[in-house]
Amino acid sequence: MPERRDWDSVAADPDFKNLMAAKRRFIIPATIFFIAYYFALPILVGYAPELMATPVIGPVNLAYLFALSQFFMAWLIAFLYVRAANRFDRLAAAVLQNLQSRNDLRDNCGDKEQHG
Amino acid sequence: MNAALLMFLVFIVITLGITYWAARRSTGASNYFAAGRRITGWQNGIAVAGDYMSAASFLGIAGMIAFQGFDGFMYSVGWLVAYLTVLLIVAEPLRNTGQYTMADVLAYRLRPRPVRAMAALSTLTVSTLYMIAQMVGAGTLVALLLKGSGITFNVAVTGVGLLMVAYVVFGGMLATTWVQIIKAILLMSGTILLSGLVLGHFDFSLAKFFDAIAHVEDGGKIVNFLQPGLRYKPPWGPLDLISLGLALIFGTAGLPHILVRFYTVPDAKTARVSVVWAMAIIGSFYIMTTFLGFGAATIVGKSFIANNGGINMSAPLLAQKLVGDVFFAFISAIAFATILAVVAGLTISASTSFAHDLYSNVIRHQEAPNPQQEVRVARITAFVVGAVSIGIAIILGPAFNVAFLVGLAFAVAASANLPVIVLSILWRRFTTEGAVAGLATGLLSSLVLIVISPSIMGVDGPGVAATARHLIQRPPIFPLENPGIVSIPLGFMGAIIGTLMSRVDADSHTKFAELEVRANTGLGSEKASAH
Repeated sequence: MPERRDWDSVAADPDFKNLMAAKRRFIIPATIFFIAYYFALPILVGYAPELMATPVIGPVNLAYLFALSQFFMAWLIAFLYVRAANRFDRLAAAVLQNLQSRNDLRDNCGDKEQHG
Repeated sequence: MNAALLMFLVFIVITLGITYWAARRSTGASNYFAAGRRITGWQNGIAVAGDYMSAASFLGIAGMIAFQGFDGFMYSVGWLVAYLTVLLIVAEPLRNTGQYTMADVLAYRLRPRPVRAMAALSTLTVSTLYMIAQMVGAGTLVALLLKGSGITFNVAVTGVGLLMVAYVVFGGMLATTWVQIIKAILLMSGTILLSGLVLGHFDFSLAKFFDAIAHVEDGGKIVNFLQPGLRYKPPWGPLDLISLGLALIFGTAGLPHILVRFYTVPDAKTARVSVVWAMAIIGSFYIMTTFLGFGAATIVGKSFIANNGGINMSAPLLAQKLVGDVFFAFISAIAFATILAVVAGLTISASTSFAHDLYSNVIRHQEAPNPQQEVRVARITAFVVGAVSIGIAIILGPAFNVAFLVGLAFAVAASANLPVIVLSILWRRFTTEGAVAGLATGLLSSLVLIVISPSIMGVDGPGVAATARHLIQRPPIFPLENPGIVSIPLGFMGAIIGTLMSRVDADSHTKFAELEVRANTGLGSEKASAH
């Protein structure tokens, strides 16, 4: 288990801050979008039922197509997230790598002091 | 012998065989509570889907579409979109920072005893509400599906209760996982088969199918079942639908039996992969409710369903009409498997929370909990949960209307659990007082609002049967059936105001850096046990 100073030093690490910023840049807009897109359905169907009853393809109306599109919207966002998350994984691996090499350096210095 | 009964027995024998196999591998806490964290991404994804798609989805939504057309299908949508909250916000940080329960994440930087006690209370409330709904549903369904086999409501409830206890007590999370995987595969096979048959009935022409949906005979009139507004009518209908949507979108990511599934995989990346698998399965399933529900409306007809077991029998009756009794039995057996997998998931999450949060950390107040003791307590709890659920289901009886209980479970999860999970991951200033206040406000407000809603309160005319009467014979005080639109903001406000009114917690502040690093890099997370 890493020590106290490790957590703080990682949290202050520019690479870690970069990772957090990258995550926020994806997750915040994606969350706002999917919530807005989802609630547009009950709001439109509830308060503009005539509009939503407009037939589009044969008897299939706007309401059904919009409801169906929600499934594809969810899958699309999940796909985009997984693609972005692979990038986040690489950034996180780099952060941990830095931490590892810093610790090795510190341990080596410690050894030298002991022997010296 | 009744064909449905035979298929039930085959399922029971297979799942008990798995339990026997799993029992020998379920030694030690990490194996018992989290299947050794060795479940793979696709396995966990299928298990999440199996844990999530309850009989309410399979039979309930098919019935709602068969009776109320498009408005029933709208109900389908939220169940998938909800997984974006799980995927984007909750699953990975939870896996990276917790051990067995949701409360682990809260206890990470807050004072463990009060937050674990409140989180366990909320977990047990959600599990109990959901469990009662499933048990009463199971009893009614099994008695109905096995009509003529001599199996009564009480026998069915007791049987379901004993089976779920057997899976959980002997097989732990490993057996529960495989019961959920088998159920999900059965449910998807049945749904795909039934959908194909419905399309075949319309000569594989979507045009013909939708044309029939636009001309459904309902009470002597021809009704367009694609027309919105058959169920959710003004003045409160649309608002009720939005309120339900809020409970689904924010509640799914706070359901204890779903959250514990993410501890069964080796790391956060696998947790992510499993959500994607779950979304593929859950989404396909809910799209196919179009065929099940509208198929039942057009091929079987509303009045026939109403006279042959009622709205929940829509999907099995569709199977009977399209193929015959054997397929009816197969679909019924799937419904039974569906219920068993969900109640097993609920039992293990409730007993894990009791043993790990309440017993070890609150009652015994141990610095280092004894894993063997935790497993023993969890097994005993599973027995108690089983006995209590059987008892409550038998007392309430088959006529008790359980539909609102599932909605209430989601509302509590969304109003109490989700706000504190999110704030604990994202807000440095968050304090113990804030977490306890948020959990308490979310839990209480959902329960109170349901009691004063039209689900419990209402004035019935003299012609209404005793079993269908409202519990409180007064006009409802709160106009909506779904409390989410009020209780979710209250849960967040409780957590935020509670935090701002309490003193800055230096410990929580310091540990935030630690939590943030762990949640986002997986440093120091619980590893899979060696094989």
